Amino acid sequence: MKTRWIATPYIVWMIIFTVVPLLLVFFFSVTVQTDDGIVFTLEHFKKLMEPIYLKVLLRSILLAFVSTLVCLVLGYPMAMILASSDLKRKNVLVFLFVAPMWMNFLLRTYAWLTLLEKNGLINSVLSIFGIKPLNLLYNNLAVLLGMVYNFLPFMVLPIYSVLSKVDKSVIEAAQDLGANNFKVFTKVTFPLSLPGVASGITMVFMPAVTTFVVPRLLGGAQFTLIGNLIERQFVLVGDWNFGSAISIVMMILILISMGIMSRYETESVEGGFFG
Amino acid sequence: MSENIIELINISKDYDGTEALRNVSLSIKKNEFVTLLGPSGCGKTTTLRIIAGFESPTEGTILFEGENINSLPPYKRKVNTVFQRYALFTHMNVFENVAFGLRIKKYDNKTIKEKVNNVLHMVNLSGFEKRSVDSLSGGQQQRVAIARALVNEPQVLLLDEPLAALDLKLRKEMQIELKQMQKRLGITFVYVTHDQEEALTMSDTIVVMRDGAIQQIGTPVEIYNEPKNAFVADFIGESNIIDGVMLRDYLVRFAGHEFECVDKGFGENTEVDVVVRPEDIKITREEDGMIKGIIKSVTFKGVHYEMIAEANGIQWIIHSTAMSPVNSRVGLNIYPNDIQIMKKVVAE
Repeated sequence: MKTRWIATPYIVWMIIFTVVPLLLVFFFSVTVQTDDGIVFTLEHFKKLMEPIYLKVLLRSILLAFVSTLVCLVLGYPMAMILASSDLKRKNVLVFLFVAPMWMNFLLRTYAWLTLLEKNGLINSVLSIFGIKPLNLLYNNLAVLLGMVYNFLPFMVLPIYSVLSKVDKSVIEAAQDLGANNFKVFTKVTFPLSLPGVASGITMVFMPAVTTFVVPRLLGGAQFTLIGNLIERQFVLVGDWNFGSAISIVMMILILISMGIMSRYETESVEGGFFG
Repeated sequence: MSENIIELINISKDYDGTEALRNVSLSIKKNEFVTLLGPSGCGKTTTLRIIAGFESPTEGTILFEGENINSLPPYKRKVNTVFQRYALFTHMNVFENVAFGLRIKKYDNKTIKEKVNNVLHMVNLSGFEKRSVDSLSGGQQQRVAIARALVNEPQVLLLDEPLAALDLKLRKEMQIELKQMQKRLGITFVYVTHDQEEALTMSDTIVVMRDGAIQQIGTPVEIYNEPKNAFVADFIGESNIIDGVMLRDYLVRFAGHEFECVDKGFGENTEVDVVVRPEDIKITREEDGMIKGIIKSVTFKGVHYEMIAEANGIQWIIHSTAMSPVNSRVGLNIYPNDIQIMKKVVAE
């Protein structure tokens, strides 16, 4: 092909910033530095199987799963409202919804910190009514709140974009054939929106399972998720090999979940990742 | 109870201040094939949607078998609709699309299978049950849409330009098929189209609409031969519409000539519109013609030639199987039965 040279910068970019780092991570994960030099080993993966680390892994997946579920339950009606409102109102709503995303992720999460603190805004207001300060911070719920708050738009937007493309006459056809509003939703609207739901789930679950900022700020120092574990290996412990091994396991988990989701993302039943 | 299955009484519809329908009254008989005909924006689709229940009229009453159904939601009405672009459920196969209405009504599986197979057979789609609707051609999708509506055995089937997306040949075939189906099943069809030929071919009754108001209701023959006004005449087939003056009963003057006609009751020296169909102008030798002119252009149209002749300052469209060459001088004859006199439409 004559135009192939146009792709060269991208290929170079991908090799430098994607392929090489990935290979390095893989290399670190299966090697160890000994006195005899670098030797092949699977001990890092074995280490990850220890109960203490398995617990962290499980907790990460569980929290990510729950926050994805909460995002879905909150996000789907939101997407429906967005999709069904008229054009003028829709633009305002979408703007209001997206505006917080223009702020820095860290900043947004810090904002929750000041809200939830022992002397924070919520507790100050409560104290006016004579309610003792609550422990709002440094627990599962606080981390969950942070995740849902940060990742909700990633659930709403794909669902909204699929819903707004659903032909209105298809809805009318269902009504015409005797379906009341509830039946229209369960038999037509929801099935047609599944591709959006699937990509929403993928887009929330992936960052949720690997995040380390949210648990560190809202979960406290001792609150460890898999993302914190990886971060600690690289930044504090300096065990790049173990950190890489955890990363590889994470990547495999994410690939599997993406594979499952992509089956639903394709619109026809026949196609898809494993088609 | 009257034999009218649907009655629209003084229906008006406003969309944010713009009038889509003005005082539309219409009675539809059982087993009738009624066509709403008009240019786009004339309110024909709005009328259909009001019958289906997707729109509610701003004013007026809809009766179904004599009962007021103004506030009845679409899913409770005993009508089914075939949508313009079919609106099939893309996440279901052909069988499930057709079975949709029956499943909602909670028929048992055996009955559903039987009914769906029957109706698919009727629309020549047996064997397509498991196909996804995306893999079907336009004509096949259209049949699925018809089957999906018919399987519910509605008393009235509403069709919104169902053939608009098909090519000419397929459209002609489907016109005949639809008409036969309607006769065989004894279902009332309310059919929306902007294609006057389609309307003439299929309908028992044609309702010509313009700017949200009904212009004329009649059989195809009535509409074609006795259009009530210049708009109907122009919309239904090609016409020569000429300003004329009704001198007295049975005598009209237009194009600088006095013609005998069969109309009366317009008063004396009244301004009127005169309609002459292109096939009703007879070309003769110049000296035998009531008016004399010259052929300006000739177009071959298959069965006939379309010729434009200029005579007495008017361009006449003439259809004839015999061709007169361009620039030849001819005489034109128009006989009393072929002259249609209409009151002038007051400019709106």
